[in-house]
Amino acid sequence: MMEWLIQHVLEKYNFWIAMLIIIIGLTATIVKENLLKKLIGLSIFQTAMFLWFVSLGDVGRNILTTWGLKTGTPPILWEQAAEKGYIYVNPLPNVLMLTGIVVSAATTAVALAIVIRIYQKYGTIEEDEIIEKEKEFERVGG
Amino acid sequence: MYPVEHFPVLIVGLALFCGFTMLLAGYTSRRLPFFMSLAMNSVFLIMSLFILDHVLTVGPIRYWLGGWRPPWGIEYVVDAMNAYLLIIVISIVILGLIYSRGNVRHEIEERKHVTFYTLVQLMAAGMYGITVTGDLFNMFIWLEIASLTAYALIAVAGGRALRPAYNYVIMGSIGAVLYIFGVGWIYSVTGTLNFADMRLLLPLVYDSRAVQMGFAMIVVGVMIKAYIFPLHLWQPDVYTYAPSTISSMMASVHVKVMFYMLLRMFYSVFTLDFIRHYIGLDLLICWVAAIAILAGSIWAIKQRNLKRMLAYSSVSQMGYILLGLGLSPLSPWGLVGVAAHILNHAIGKGCLFMCAGAISQQEGLRDIRDFEGLGKKMPHVCAAFTIAALSMIGIPLTAGFASKLFLIVASLDAAQYPFVAVLLLSGLLNLVYFWRVIDQMYFVKHKGTENAAEVRETGKSLPLSMVAPILILASLCIIMGIIWLTNIPMPLINHILSNLRMGVTL
Amino acid sequence: MELMTPLFAILCPAIAAALILPSRNHPNIREAWTIAASLAMFLLVLSMAPLIVKGETIKLILFQSMFKDIYIGFKVDAFGEIFAITASSLWVLVSIYSIGYMRTLKEHAQTRYYFSFCFAIMGAVGVALSANLVTLFIFFEIITVSTYPLVIHEQTPEALRAGHKYLAYLMPAGAFLLFGIMITYYLAGTTDFTPSGIRQLADASPLVVTVLFFAFLLGFMKAAWMPFHSWLPSAMIAPSPVSALLHAVAVVKAGVFGIVRIVGYVIGMDLMQELGLWLILAGIAGFTMIVASFFAITQDNLKRRLAYSTISQLSYIILGAALLTRDSMQGAMLHIPFHGYMKITLFLCAGAILVATGKTRISEMAGIGKRMPLTMLAFSIAAIGMAGIPPVCGFISKLYLCLGAWAVGSPYGMIFLAVILISSLLDIVYFFPIILTAFFKKPAEDISVFGEEKMKEAPPLVVVPLTITAIFSLIFFIYPNMFYIYDLAKMAISELFGGV
Repeated sequence: MMEWLIQHVLEKYNFWIAMLIIIIGLTATIVKENLLKKLIGLSIFQTAMFLWFVSLGDVGRNILTTWGLKTGTPPILWEQAAEKGYIYVNPLPNVLMLTGIVVSAATTAVALAIVIRIYQKYGTIEEDEIIEKEKEFERVGG
Repeated sequence: MYPVEHFPVLIVGLALFCGFTMLLAGYTSRRLPFFMSLAMNSVFLIMSLFILDHVLTVGPIRYWLGGWRPPWGIEYVVDAMNAYLLIIVISIVILGLIYSRGNVRHEIEERKHVTFYTLVQLMAAGMYGITVTGDLFNMFIWLEIASLTAYALIAVAGGRALRPAYNYVIMGSIGAVLYIFGVGWIYSVTGTLNFADMRLLLPLVYDSRAVQMGFAMIVVGVMIKAYIFPLHLWQPDVYTYAPSTISSMMASVHVKVMFYMLLRMFYSVFTLDFIRHYIGLDLLICWVAAIAILAGSIWAIKQRNLKRMLAYSSVSQMGYILLGLGLSPLSPWGLVGVAAHILNHAIGKGCLFMCAGAISQQEGLRDIRDFEGLGKKMPHVCAAFTIAALSMIGIPLTAGFASKLFLIVASLDAAQYPFVAVLLLSGLLNLVYFWRVIDQMYFVKHKGTENAAEVRETGKSLPLSMVAPILILASLCIIMGIIWLTNIPMPLINHILSNLRMGVTL
Repeated sequence: MELMTPLFAILCPAIAAALILPSRNHPNIREAWTIAASLAMFLLVLSMAPLIVKGETIKLILFQSMFKDIYIGFKVDAFGEIFAITASSLWVLVSIYSIGYMRTLKEHAQTRYYFSFCFAIMGAVGVALSANLVTLFIFFEIITVSTYPLVIHEQTPEALRAGHKYLAYLMPAGAFLLFGIMITYYLAGTTDFTPSGIRQLADASPLVVTVLFFAFLLGFMKAAWMPFHSWLPSAMIAPSPVSALLHAVAVVKAGVFGIVRIVGYVIGMDLMQELGLWLILAGIAGFTMIVASFFAITQDNLKRRLAYSTISQLSYIILGAALLTRDSMQGAMLHIPFHGYMKITLFLCAGAILVATGKTRISEMAGIGKRMPLTMLAFSIAAIGMAGIPPVCGFISKLYLCLGAWAVGSPYGMIFLAVILISSLLDIVYFFPIILTAFFKKPAEDISVFGEEKMKEAPPLVVVPLTITAIFSLIFFIYPNMFYIYDLAKMAISELFGGV
C-alpha cells in the first residue's frame, strides 16, 4: 500500500500538481463570463502545461533520494558530475518551454488587444452582455 | 547536396524575413508591402514546383537545420504529400493576395493595410512551416505563428468580428496547448521529437498509457484547430464575419494544413498499426466523419447568410477528408480521396468565399433571399459561383465529383458500405442548399419587374483583381475535375502512397 | 475501328454553346450557331451509320482513369447509333421550330434557352454514344443539370416548383445510378457495355444482382416508370420545344435507353431470365402502360395528356426490352426513333396551337382543324401512328412488340400481349377525341387570343418542322430503313441474340 502510494502519487507529484492547475485553468476559461478572466484561465492552463513539461525533464530525482546521492543537477557542464554520480537535468524541455512561453505571451497580447477593441465597441467585457448588445445591434441594423 | 534541397527552408525563412521587412517597407510606401508579398510568394511557387519535381524523381528531401543530425537537431522533411500540399498552399495564398487587392480597400481601414499584408505574409510563412517541418515541436511553433496571425487577421475587420475572434483565440490556444501537451507525453516516453525517430521508437511503447494519452491529446488539439466536428463551434461565426480574403484563405488552406498535421500524426509518427490494432480508432473516426458530413450539411440548409452557409458547408467538407483518413487503413483509396479533396475543396470553397465577398462588396448583399437577379448584375461572379457549387455538390466533370468518387471507391474497397450511402446522401443535401442560391441568382423572377432584361445595371463593378482569381478558381474546378478522371495524377498518387508507407501502389 | 467522329459530334453542341453566349445581342447569329451545330452533329452521327451497319463498332477512348478499366470513351454500336440519330435529327427540326416559337411569343431569356439546349442535346447524344456506364453517367448528369433552366424557363413560382420537383426526382436517381455503377465495378471490375451482359455478374449472388437491378432501375427514373413518373407532367410547364425534344426524345429516351442497356448489355438477357427480373420489369412496364393511359384520358390540358401518353409509350419500350425475345427487343429499339418522331409531331402541334390561338385545353380546341388544317393533319397522322394503325410507322414497332410478346410462349407472353393491345386501344380512346374535337366540333368563338387579324396557321418556321416530322412518320412506315434505322435495329438484334 505504502509502495503503491509512493510510486504513483509521491514520485509523480509533478504530474498531479500540474494536472490540478491545468484543470483549474481550463475550468476558469470555460466557466467564466468575463473575457479577462477567461484569458487568465487560459494563461493558467498554459503555464501549468509549461510547468509540467519542464518537470518532465527533471530526471534523476525522486522524493526518496532527495537527500540521496543521485539527483539531477543543472545542465551546466561540470567535470565532476560523472564521478559523483550526478545526472544532468534534461535541458531540452526547458528550452522548448521557453519558446512556448514566448508563444503564450504573444497569444495573451493578441487576446488583450482584441479585448480592448471589444470594450471600445461594446462598453463591456462580460460575454453575456456582449451577446445581448450584438442582438440589439442586429435588430437596429448596426 | 542538391540545391533544391535547400528550397524548403529557404521558402520558410524568406517568408518570415519578407514578413518583417514588409512592415518596415510599409513606412516608406503604403503600396510596397503588397507587391513584395506577391513577388516573394510567386518565387516560392516556382521553388515549390522544383521541390515537387525533385521529390518525384529523386526522393524525399531531408534537411538538417544548422547541419545538426536528428534527433538532436531539427529536421525538415519534404516528401510527395508535403510537396503537393505546399504547392496548393502557395497558389491559394497568391490568388488570395491578388483578390485582396480589391477587397481590402472595401472591408478594412486604410491605415491597417500594411499590417494586414504583413500578417497575411506571416500567416503564409506559418502555413509553409507546418507543411515542411519534420519535428514535433517545430510544428507547434509554426502552428502558433499561423494561428496567432489568423486571430489578428480576423479581428482586423472590427465590428462583429471581434467576439468570434476572441472565441477563436481562446479555443485555438486551448487546441495548441493540448497539442503540445500531447507531444510532452510522447516525448516523456521516447525522448525524441523527430517524426522519423519517433516512428521507430513508438512501436516499442505502444502499450504505454502515456503514449495513448499523448495521442489523444494531440488528436483533440488538432481537431479543435481544424474544426472537425464536434470541436468546430468557433468556426461559423469566425468565417461569417472575417474579411472575405481571410475567410477564403482560411477555408481553403489554413484548415488544410491543420488537417495535414493530423495526417502526419497518423502516418509518419503513430503508424497505422497503432490506429488500427492498439486503439481501434479507424472506424470511430469514420463514423465521426459521417456525422460531421451530415450535420454540417443539415446546418447549412438552415442558414440565410451566405457566408455562414459556406462555413457550415466547410465543416461538412472537413468530414469528407476525415472519412478518407479513417478509411485509409482499410483501403489506399481513402488516402487518394484525402489528397484529392484537399485540393478540390481548396479551389471550390476558396472560389465560393471569394464570390461571397464580391457579392457583399459590389451589391452589399449578404442574405440569400436578397440575391434575386444577381445573375444579370454580376454575371461572371455568379457563373463562377455556380461552377464551384456544382463542384461541391459533386456533379460529374467537376473536381468535387472526383473526390466523392474516390471516397465511394474507398468505402467499397474497405467493405464499409454505410459510408457510400452517407456520401451519396450528402451530395443531395449539398444540392438543396447550393441550389437555393443558384435559383435566387438566376431563376427567380425579380420583384416588380416583368422582364429580366429590364433590370437596371447598377453601374458598380468589381476590379479585375477580384474577378480574375474567382474565374481562375472556377475554371480550375472543371479542369481538375477532368484531370482527376484521367490517369495523369497517377505518379503523384503513387508517390504519396509509398512515401506515407502504405506499401501499395494503384 | 477508331474514329474521332464521336468526339466531334459531341463537341458540336459544346462549341455552339460557347459561341451562343457572346452572340446574345445578335439573335440571328446566335440562332445560326444552333442550326449549324445541329446540322453538323446530325451529319457526323449519320456518317457513322453505314460503317456500323456493316458490322463495325466505332471506339474512341478519351481519358483513362486511375482505376483499372474505368475510362471515359465512346463505343458506337448499332443500338447507340439509333438513339443518336433520333436525337440529332430531331434537334435540327426542333431548332428551326424553336426560332419560330420563341420569336412569335417574344419569349424572354432566349440566350439561356439556346445555351442550355445545346448542353442537353450534348448530354443525350453522349449517352447514346458512351462505351461504358461511367461515361453514360457523366452525360446523364449533364442532361439533368442542363435541362433545369429549360424546365423553369417561365420563372413563375409554378415553374420553379416544377423545376424543384424535377431535380428532387432526378438527382437522387443520379445517386442511385452512381451506386449501381460502383457495385457493378466492384463485382465485375469493368463497366463496359457487352452484348451478352457483363460476364462476372453471373457469378455474383442473386440477391446482389437483384439489388443492383433495382438500383439501376431507380437510377433511370428519367424513363418515367410508375410510380416515379410525376416529374414529367409537372415539367410540361416548359415551353413546347422543350417538352417536344426533351420530354419526347432527349431526357426520357435517355432513361429508357439506359434501361435497355442494363437489360441487354450490363446484366444481360440470360441473367435477367434466370433471376426472373424480366418479369418484374415487364410488370412495372405493363402497369405503367395501362395506368398512364387512364390518366391520359382524364387530362384536359393537351400537353399533360401528351405527357401521360409519353409515359405510357416509354413503357412499351421497357416492356419490349423486358420480354427478352428478338422481336420484342427489335420493337423496343424501333420504337425509340418512331415514337420520337410521332411524339415530337404531337408536341410541336400543341405548341403551334398555343402560338396561333393561345389555347392549351382540349375542350377549347373545337373547330381548330378548320383554322389550322395543316397542323391538325400532322397531329392526326401522328396520333394514328401512336395508336399503331398503318400507314404510320408506329404500326411497325407495335407489330414487332406484339410478335415478341407472342413469342415468349409462356402464359405471361399472352398476358403482356393483351396488355399491349388494351393499351393501344386506350391510345385510341384518348387521341381520337382530340381529332374529333378539332375537326368536327363547332368552334365556340372566332377570335384568337392575339386579337388583330384572324390568325390561321402558326408562322412557317413553326409549321414546317412539324409537317416534316409528320411526313417522316409516314416515310418510316414505307421505308423503315430511312437513316439506316431498320438495318441498325437488325444489327443490334443480331449482336444481342446472335445470328441474323
